Amino acid sequence: MTVDPGTEGLSGTIIHDELVPARAPWLHHVAKGQTLRIVDVEGNQAVDFLLYSAADDVERYSAQDTVSAQGNLFLRKGSVLRSNEGRPMATITGTSVDYHDTIGGACSCESNTLRYGHHTKAQHACVDNFLEANLTEGRGKRDMVPNINFFMNVPVEADGSLGIVDGISAPGLTVDLRAEMDIIVVVSNCPQINNPCNAFNPTPVRMIVSV
Amino acid sequence: MSDTATSPLANPLAARDHARAMAGTKVEAMPMLPPEADDLPEGVPADDLLWEETVAAGGYSSRRLPRGSRLRLIDLAGDACASLLIYNAEMPTERLNVADTVKVQWNAYLGEGKLLLSDMGRVLMSITDDSAGTHDAFCGTSNAATNEAKYGEGRNSGAYPNGRDRLLLGSSKHGLLRRDVHPCVNFFKGTTIEPDGTITPQIGPFEGGRQVVLRAEMDVIVVIANCPHVLDPRDTWSVSPLRLTAWRGATTALDDPIRLATPEGLRAFENVEDYYRR
Repeated sequence: MTVDPGTEGLSGTIIHDELVPARAPWLHHVAKGQTLRIVDVEGNQAVDFLLYSAADDVERYSAQDTVSAQGNLFLRKGSVLRSNEGRPMATITGTSVDYHDTIGGACSCESNTLRYGHHTKAQHACVDNFLEANLTEGRGKRDMVPNINFFMNVPVEADGSLGIVDGISAPGLTVDLRAEMDIIVVVSNCPQINNPCNAFNPTPVRMIVSV
Repeated sequence: MSDTATSPLANPLAARDHARAMAGTKVEAMPMLPPEADDLPEGVPADDLLWEETVAAGGYSSRRLPRGSRLRLIDLAGDACASLLIYNAEMPTERLNVADTVKVQWNAYLGEGKLLLSDMGRVLMSITDDSAGTHDAFCGTSNAATNEAKYGEGRNSGAYPNGRDRLLLGSSKHGLLRRDVHPCVNFFKGTTIEPDGTITPQIGPFEGGRQVVLRAEMDVIVVIANCPHVLDPRDTWSVSPLRLTAWRGATTALDDPIRLATPEGLRAFENVEDYYRR
């Protein structure tokens, strides 16, 4: 039997295993105690990621509460992803990447006009993925907040300079998250083609839920 | 409950007289109506004054401001922390986006010349003057849980109100709900980022009188809470009053140096000008 590198080290029973196509949204409910593994299948793929509490979706991921509580901008193994009410929503229980970003936010058609020019307005963007997925459950633009970018690298220099630089990910690298409450996971498999976050080539990612 | 037979306020007219006798009372933290300020910048007519208010330690305020107006924040005693939310007044689903603000400008530190960007690729307000230099776009504000952990409680109705609950009240005065209260920026309390990602807070207290002036580039609703920074290392809940002054001003000219400073910023202004093309 061949070993599946995507599930290596995962304990428990796999209850969901899905390949999210390049550029696509993904929404999934994950119960408290379950583990979500994200696999960067081909490498250098940014995974834009939001969380909502299933019990009260006005409680949602807060980058500011998360970085304040840990006193550090980067998300690493052990980082607790916190809500806008300051409560733990999920914990990064393991990752084969040094750190992940949560200050860069998501690309949008509108911010693309600022960053690259109005010729990019019609290109697909993460915010449109988030909206498409959220709208299926009655959430809209008011529910959009700055997100996590798994497998994305955004260093901050001494003078405050900051930018999305070449990925620190590689094929098959993973991040594991344990849900600390019943959560709704909303993902945009980033379609950006104007910066190095996806090595200029969006690719599929794999989502595995185990219990 | 008072004894109705002996209380001097036992009838409505006495209660009315008692209430009316308070007129003209001055306290440190209050709005001044009509607004009055003897320190407006040169060239600003007194008639253009829109808002003069001192926000208490732990207080909040909010107001709709027209495009072109200036909002001056003064850290009176050197220990204020102005946590700011901004909404597009006519379409509040458009609001400050801290991630786009730092990403689009390729820089995380707020200061003179920087723009506060919306989630729709437009500039809501720009920073025209800054004598403080210690600001923060990363940490957001305190909430009931962080204040309870640090100070024992953090209720609006208690002695140590938290920033998020203040921003919720301020936003709700404009018909907005919990889901609308988005990540904020903090003026006067700063953070710097170390190479390993560590957040170093700059809490002071500082010299009094430091100020920031913002220019509204769209019709906006501003909501401001004045509560201790969430990473304030002091054990005691410490914050000092914040003075707010706003006056009318011209819409940003096409040759404005802040408008022209960067290609990304220029496109944010062009998107604003396009929005108001009607």
